[in-house]
Amino acid sequence: MSPATTQNQRTPAADTRVDVRKTYKLYIGGKFPRSESGRSYEVTDAKGRFLANAAQGSRKDARDAVVAARGAVAGWAGATAYNRGQVLYRVAEVMEGRRAQFVAEVRASEGVTERQAESLVSQAIDRWVWYAGWSDKYAQVLGGLNPVAGPYFDISAPEPTGVVAVLAPQASSLLGLVSVVAPVIVSGNTAVVLTSELRPLPAITLSEALATSDVPGGVVNLITGRTAEVAPWLASHRDVNAIDLAGAAGAADVVWGDLELAAAENLKRVLRPAGTSADAVEPDWTRTPDLSRLTAFLETKTVWHPKGR
Amino acid sequence: MAKFEYAPAPESRAVVDLKPSYGLFINGEFTETEGGSAFKSISPATEEVLAEVTDASEADVDRAVAAARRAFNGAWGRMSGADRGKYLFRIARILQERAREFAVLETLDNGKPIKESRDVDVPLAAAHFFYHAGWADKLEYASLGSNPRPHGVVGQVIPWNFPLLMLAWKIAPALAAGNTVVLKPAETTPLTALLFAEVCQQADLPAGVVNIVTGAGATGQAIVDHPGVDKLAFTGSTGVGKMIARSIAGTRKKATLELGGKAANIIFDDAAIDQAVEGIVNGIFFNQGHVCCAGSRLLVQESIADDVDKRLKRRLSTLRVGDPLDKNTDVGAINSKAQLQRITELTAAGEAEGATRWSPECELPSKGFWFRPTVFTGVSQTHRIAQEEIFGPVLSVLTFRTPHEAVAKANNTPYGLSAGVWTEKGSRILWMADQLRAGVVWANTFNKFDPTSPFGGYKESGYGREGGRHGLEAYVTTEGKA
Repeated sequence: MSPATTQNQRTPAADTRVDVRKTYKLYIGGKFPRSESGRSYEVTDAKGRFLANAAQGSRKDARDAVVAARGAVAGWAGATAYNRGQVLYRVAEVMEGRRAQFVAEVRASEGVTERQAESLVSQAIDRWVWYAGWSDKYAQVLGGLNPVAGPYFDISAPEPTGVVAVLAPQASSLLGLVSVVAPVIVSGNTAVVLTSELRPLPAITLSEALATSDVPGGVVNLITGRTAEVAPWLASHRDVNAIDLAGAAGAADVVWGDLELAAAENLKRVLRPAGTSADAVEPDWTRTPDLSRLTAFLETKTVWHPKGR
Repeated sequence: MAKFEYAPAPESRAVVDLKPSYGLFINGEFTETEGGSAFKSISPATEEVLAEVTDASEADVDRAVAAARRAFNGAWGRMSGADRGKYLFRIARILQERAREFAVLETLDNGKPIKESRDVDVPLAAAHFFYHAGWADKLEYASLGSNPRPHGVVGQVIPWNFPLLMLAWKIAPALAAGNTVVLKPAETTPLTALLFAEVCQQADLPAGVVNIVTGAGATGQAIVDHPGVDKLAFTGSTGVGKMIARSIAGTRKKATLELGGKAANIIFDDAAIDQAVEGIVNGIFFNQGHVCCAGSRLLVQESIADDVDKRLKRRLSTLRVGDPLDKNTDVGAINSKAQLQRITELTAAGEAEGATRWSPECELPSKGFWFRPTVFTGVSQTHRIAQEEIFGPVLSVLTFRTPHEAVAKANNTPYGLSAGVWTEKGSRILWMADQLRAGVVWANTFNKFDPTSPFGGYKESGYGREGGRHGLEAYVTTEGKA
């Protein structure tokens, strides 16, 4: 009898083994804390079966995340565009290596087929690559020399706006999430993200990919929990520069106009959810994006300098 | 003060695994020549034979162009921009992974100091692929015109001064835009291009997208003349550039030419002199002066000329000339015997025409091709060393009194590739930049390169730009273009 067979007799077969399950926590400042509130909530799959207890983030968690995001702005915005592009590309590399886990979680969260989940994960990975390529190009596309009528060198260039609060899409738990986070951080902004309320698990797994992809701690902070509870604190936070309201669509008890109203207090840049009138709809994230989500979180800086011998 | 001695710090050659001989990389694999011959690639620092390389025949070029055409009409032409980009990202990553191997091989084959191949050539080559990878699916954002499309098969001929980097400047944008490539590396420096062929294999790049044919002038001419080539890209001498421009006259072939230079490095009296001296040294002694945009003419304002002269010579006395594989070496070997002869001839003409020659004391190795860093003072505008590209570690110093005189002298060559301006006055930098007929103007710095920044010349330094959004233009055609 070979040692391998002996081993097999001693080890329970895969289907009878008691597996080790993951504790799903928040991701703030590069660390994985539980909610300071000590609360959690039950996350189920599309058919209502128990998946996990996720941390139920609080106002204090959100405020801690803003502090972490603000602290990360200088380093991240100060990194070269080439460096940021490589880091975003690295996220794609690391996700590719963990795709089986993403596929399983997207499938469970969204109730899609294996094949659909595979496609959604592939597109999420490719979206990182798409935005990685933009890091050192959008300035050339959006900026440039202004031919002013005088002896002046005059150039306009985009800069990141700072800390961006992001309400991640409710339905598209991974592709939608990547589609809103990547365009925020590629230019040097940092993000505080409220994940999909009912489908938060792929986001937490993404945070594990981010933590091992050379993304500096604090650049992306993820909070799971009740959107309606936490979003108003981010919308009214005086140290948040902009807010993406994509995840207002389909979120229980969230009126995006109220969040925009609160955001007006310090003139946050607001990216409204898709839709017409007061409705908020979740867009089709499988469509190739354009530059609009990236430009929404940029400032334009114009520099004048005289010319003369 | 006692002289500070350096211990030898040789970089290991063990990382490089050279084959005794190399075939041609055509259609995704190494193949034997059809009717061509062989030549040897040597290390210019020791004259040691590194490997035997194929001198490709016209039939070989024909096979390479056919393979490139098949790839263009086949897998590569049908591929989405996003997928093309993924191959380029792979290549960038493999170049980063094998960076040390490329750096050592580049230094062996070219003679440049290992600190330059390690810190400049190879990282910049990888960065070029990474940058252009991102463009592959974003061409419609580049303001090139409506519906940008590739030309087809691109023939590319590159020089020996930055073998891998020039390969990257050529191949990355061509592939990003969807073209396929037949590239000929320089006769004296083919080895990193052949190693790059292995990178293409590791990346699973479809066969025929990149074809590498080695050889000399005749092989290059066969590429230029081949009717199956839609577009040419050449970096090299102005003489050969003019031959190419004549060869394609009356045809529909397109070309970009990045040719010689005789850059002025202009130092005003308010400049930070020590920084300027570093910039002068970097400008002309980087890569042994084998740089088309080298700051080979120093224009210094008369009131500070003596001071600059003194500080420059003191600084040059500290340069370490010798073994390119030594990590402390500043100036390596001259790339070839022929180039050494040209430098020797032009510097002799400098003396004969009355300029004053100076070199620091330094011992040169007994084998290989070497030339001491050299400064000529008292140079006038009509001297050959003020007009002709020497392409070696030789600086010609002229003086000026006013900004207008500096501009007139700086622009007084047939070339227009680059220029340097050193002054603490911002408005003067920008005024000078407007007046200088040069494609790149460096202010209070010199010899800076980045994949995002367009590079190329005015006048007889060629046409077209490489790098940045502007560099893509050469590799696409659009609806509005005739």
